[in-house]
Amino acid sequence: MPIRLSIPLVALALVLIVGFAAGRRESTGDPTVIKVVSSLPRSGSARPQTDQIVNGIKLAFKEIGYRIELTDPVTQQKTPYRIDYFDLDDATAAAGQFTIEQEIANANQARMDPDVMAYIGTYNSGAAKVSMPILNRANLLMVSPANTAERLTKPDTNNRERHEPGCYRPSGVVNYCRVVPTDDLQSELSALWIRDLGCKKIYILDDNQTYGQGISNNVESFAKKYGFEVLGHQSIDSKSLEFSSMMTTIKGLKPDLIYFGGTTQSKAGQLFKDMVKVGMTCPMMGPDGCFEQVMADSASPDVFEKAKFYATFGGLPIDALKTLGGRGGEFIRGYKEEYGKDPLEAYSSYGYECGLVVIEALRQAGKKDRDAIRVAALTKIKNFVGATGTWSFDEQGDTTNQTMSGNEVAVTTNDKGERTAAYKFVKLLKK
Amino acid sequence: MLLAVEPALWNSLTQYLINGLTFGALIALIALGYTMVYGIVELINFAHGDLFMLGSFASLSLLALLGFGGLGFTATMTDASSFVIAGVLIGCAILSVLFCAGLNFAVEYTVYRPLRNAPKLAPLVSAIGVSFIFMNAGLFWGGPQDVNFPDLISNDNLLGKDAAIRITYKDVLIIAVTVPLMLALTIFVKVTRLGKAMRATAQNPTAASLMGIDTNFVISATFVIGGALAGAASLIYAVSMNTISYQMGFQNGLYAFTAAVLGGIGRIPGAVLGGLIIGLVRSFGSAFVGEMWVNALVFGILIIILIFRPTGLLGTPVREKV
Repeated sequence: MPIRLSIPLVALALVLIVGFAAGRRESTGDPTVIKVVSSLPRSGSARPQTDQIVNGIKLAFKEIGYRIELTDPVTQQKTPYRIDYFDLDDATAAAGQFTIEQEIANANQARMDPDVMAYIGTYNSGAAKVSMPILNRANLLMVSPANTAERLTKPDTNNRERHEPGCYRPSGVVNYCRVVPTDDLQSELSALWIRDLGCKKIYILDDNQTYGQGISNNVESFAKKYGFEVLGHQSIDSKSLEFSSMMTTIKGLKPDLIYFGGTTQSKAGQLFKDMVKVGMTCPMMGPDGCFEQVMADSASPDVFEKAKFYATFGGLPIDALKTLGGRGGEFIRGYKEEYGKDPLEAYSSYGYECGLVVIEALRQAGKKDRDAIRVAALTKIKNFVGATGTWSFDEQGDTTNQTMSGNEVAVTTNDKGERTAAYKFVKLLKK
Repeated sequence: MLLAVEPALWNSLTQYLINGLTFGALIALIALGYTMVYGIVELINFAHGDLFMLGSFASLSLLALLGFGGLGFTATMTDASSFVIAGVLIGCAILSVLFCAGLNFAVEYTVYRPLRNAPKLAPLVSAIGVSFIFMNAGLFWGGPQDVNFPDLISNDNLLGKDAAIRITYKDVLIIAVTVPLMLALTIFVKVTRLGKAMRATAQNPTAASLMGIDTNFVISATFVIGGALAGAASLIYAVSMNTISYQMGFQNGLYAFTAAVLGGIGRIPGAVLGGLIIGLVRSFGSAFVGEMWVNALVFGILIIILIFRPTGLLGTPVREKV
């Protein structure tokens, strides 16, 4: 009997303790510290990319020794600060990708901590949709290393009813910026590449998610401009395990290329395998969500020899960065010194770029003040020499960087005769 | 009117039929495990799909151990002779069958047996718990992403390189393994002493034990056979689909469970029929309705069939189990 009674009592006590602890929040914070958080999917299949993004961010802060001296533009008073960086996870191991609940929790944590001056994230555009309004109300600068959905910053000219991007900016000011080019550019450059590959008839698939469907609709809309025909367009259920029947149908239409708007997580690898399995040899092309080593690992090298897999990627890959002057080469050298290897995933340079943007915004603002930092990021970052070239933020927070790269999965054989597949840069895409 | 249809359409219809039957045969093999266990102890063993998933990871780990690549393995073994590949496949088959049979036995012994006389909901909830434990073990074993399974079997068309219809070694393998297994199981249950004991236990466990049948042994044997079938299915699935992931047990388990219910749960031919129907609905549904609607279609058909035949297609109101 006493044991039975004590269980609800302990439970009640726990709830009360947790409740009080949550309610007791510090309102002032530490005057010598500036906190920067990032919110990226650190568990699940995007982990290899986000590892590289986080490495990039850390490298940027490491270069200034995690210390920054801000000079107030009015009083000229100098104040030294320590930068504390927090790497938050917006995914759960069970989901394998970001969850809305986790992203909301991260955004609220950042919003309520008075020392947090910048929020680097998100990786998925779908996650940004929920954290943008929360951070916007808090006037907190948000810099994304990877969001490409254009509706986060640009209105849909065909559909004014959707209230985007206004619904992400409830306070009316812009607090969100990103260092990657958006999907509309990516889709146009993909369409241009499809033309350059000599494809006349293509079939389009998408994963029925914000990112994938947006980009594939755009590719379809550019078909006429770039002179190819769209034989069909359908969405897949990304929880399905195999697609051989669908590929049989598509095979009957004899396309020159299949475009898949989706990511490695939404079954790009399985689609490609099943395409080859039903005996098709035409290439498949995907957007930057497929541009990761996991894609090249998702099938045997044999499969990549039977048909080509192309992926577009915003900005330039590591190979091309080396040839540029300025901070691109500097970044690669610094990364190698710090981590003992080359940055492999292409997003690493964007992580570094986000770190640089935050540092520059802090310096330009000259004080630990969320609003000043937000204004500085959106108005003072012009002709900025970063790791991905020289670029500016426009008034909507988009980068003016307009080049992308075309890549393919190439199979190489080492001297032991082992064959491995990896992405290789093949073409610079430019309007 | 159908005769006037172009040959190209006939070819693709045949292809959908082949795709549907091969996938359906795999689902049927998993469904047998659900239906046998339900038939004998009236427990829906939700962990069965995840057992199947763990079986494929066991095969993959053996391949890694034999030097055919690890979890991130990408190279294929075109150099290895077909003799070696056959040996490797047999090794994987033995391992996955023993592994799944042993694991299923252990779960029955430790989790379900103590609950034998508990209310029906208790073992059901435990089964869901075991399913989650297996799924997390799979997550730990293989990681969250889809894992490539080495292409051990050639994907070449047996009917010639440019033939309109594709039948590959993989398709042949699926049929060559699943059909004999299902036949053997049916004969086993109908003819052997243990099979008779299983049917007796299914009809009335108390009466069966009064007649001198060791019902605990019979139930354990059912779990071992069901697990062995899941092990066989896991290898065939991995070899033909070339992708495994910790979540595939849930998806395939759901299909298999549906197949068992569709055919009449507790009936072995029913599970086979249900599996084949699901395979065909998936295949033709993808072609004529759209890939996105395939799952809705499968479960929609399940609901319609259950409205008209609540005991499933082959289920009879007078319950005759296993």
